[in-house]
Amino acid sequence: MKKTVLNQLHHQAGARMVEFGGWEMPVQYSGVIAEHLAVRQAAGLFDVSHMGEIEVSGPQAFDFLQYATINDVASLSDGQVQYTALCYPDGGVVDDLTLYRFAAEKYLLCVNAANTDKDFEWLQQLLEKTDFNNLQLVNRSSEYAQLALQGPKSAEILARLTAVDLTAIKYYCFTEGDVAGVPTIISRTGYTGEDGFELYCPTAGGVALWQALMAAGEPFGLQPTGLGARDTLRLEKAYALYGHEITADILPLEARLAWITKLNVGDFVGRQALLDAKQAGLKRKLIGLQLTESGVPREGYPVLCDGREVGQVTSGTMSPCLKLGIALALVETQVADSEQPLQIAIRKRQVAAVRVKPPFVK
Amino acid sequence: MEFPDELRYTEEHEWVLVEDDVATIGITDFAQDQLGDVVFVELPEVGDELVAGKTLGVVESVKAVSDIYAPLSGEVVEINEDLPDEPELLNTSAYEDGWMIKVKMSDPSELDDLMDASDYQRFIEQD
Repeated sequence: MKKTVLNQLHHQAGARMVEFGGWEMPVQYSGVIAEHLAVRQAAGLFDVSHMGEIEVSGPQAFDFLQYATINDVASLSDGQVQYTALCYPDGGVVDDLTLYRFAAEKYLLCVNAANTDKDFEWLQQLLEKTDFNNLQLVNRSSEYAQLALQGPKSAEILARLTAVDLTAIKYYCFTEGDVAGVPTIISRTGYTGEDGFELYCPTAGGVALWQALMAAGEPFGLQPTGLGARDTLRLEKAYALYGHEITADILPLEARLAWITKLNVGDFVGRQALLDAKQAGLKRKLIGLQLTESGVPREGYPVLCDGREVGQVTSGTMSPCLKLGIALALVETQVADSEQPLQIAIRKRQVAAVRVKPPFVK
Repeated sequence: MEFPDELRYTEEHEWVLVEDDVATIGITDFAQDQLGDVVFVELPEVGDELVAGKTLGVVESVKAVSDIYAPLSGEVVEINEDLPDEPELLNTSAYEDGWMIKVKMSDPSELDDLMDASDYQRFIEQD
């Protein structure tokens, strides 16, 4: 199992460690619910060094990325971040990612840990198959540690450690500067729905950056936060997770990602299949469901309508903020768009679920 | 972590407290710690007949679903009515407020299959 540079610190902090995407990662420190609430009310610090970073640079970097990704790279300026995805020719998703534009000829892709090698190989294959040759593709994943500082107190905490004017960094923008003496990419992004920053630094600086942030955050209630809370936080905001809402078998248009699927700005891998699917009418649709009685919906549980299975839960949990079972579910479009009552089958029970327009927690 | 001497324990991490022919059943401190925050508990109903080794209910943490097994056979005579609304009692008071059910034992000799506190502690240390 791979270990991040912070592995020893997690063990020392008493974290429970689990395997995730080939990495040994902390799933919780004090407890999922306490960590979840700390991020909503104060701040939490996540080790996300397992995420992959792929650099694309050179004169044809833009053209290549415009072809490889489904969003419109032309809408990005220097210092901006874009949420996007890589698709297969059949429209299924290779991975979702954030794309950083450093300069017109230099980009960084932040990809899911478990998909890093697959993504890199996919991009290399695309390069070989196409006419784009004047660019470099480099897997820089091992060169970066990445920490996510998330929660309403994040900016105050970070401001104690850097001279960079954080107010100048808007949502989905980034800059480079020293944090606690460590050269860092400071990105105002995250996966929790709260204000916060994703901080990329050279791997060797990861421990110093973590320790400085934990110390600076202490008076603000900063907690180390694990993958358990990361999942409940993203689910309350209905953010898709690769392997659950998005896979090679699910179209981004089915997964509430039409907003990043720019079908009208030139060709990209998967575009034709997505256009065809859209024209034919999408068969499935990702919807939010909330249980009206007690229970915890989980991935794979059937969604029922009139006793018939009409879809499945892709992710579900007990929302720590709402104290209710919430789920994202991929459901037949016709049923999803109707008002027919739905149930989720939880073991022997059929629990009533109401459609909720995501996010679950505003 | 505590393992009271007056209790008997199973390899599935349930505890049993015997008073006359009635056994009170719950999950151990070790079990609740492993599970993490408990958010849902499914219990049998009063009158249900339990068979030793078979599922008696379910405990769910944020991350996982775990079956709870009957340490003993017998009829359920009482359930902890507070648990459905306060599943976190399993975390905060595993041996007292977090008790799950009371069973009128049909075969008290099954108690011989359970571990005492020191055996259980050795068991989880090896596990």
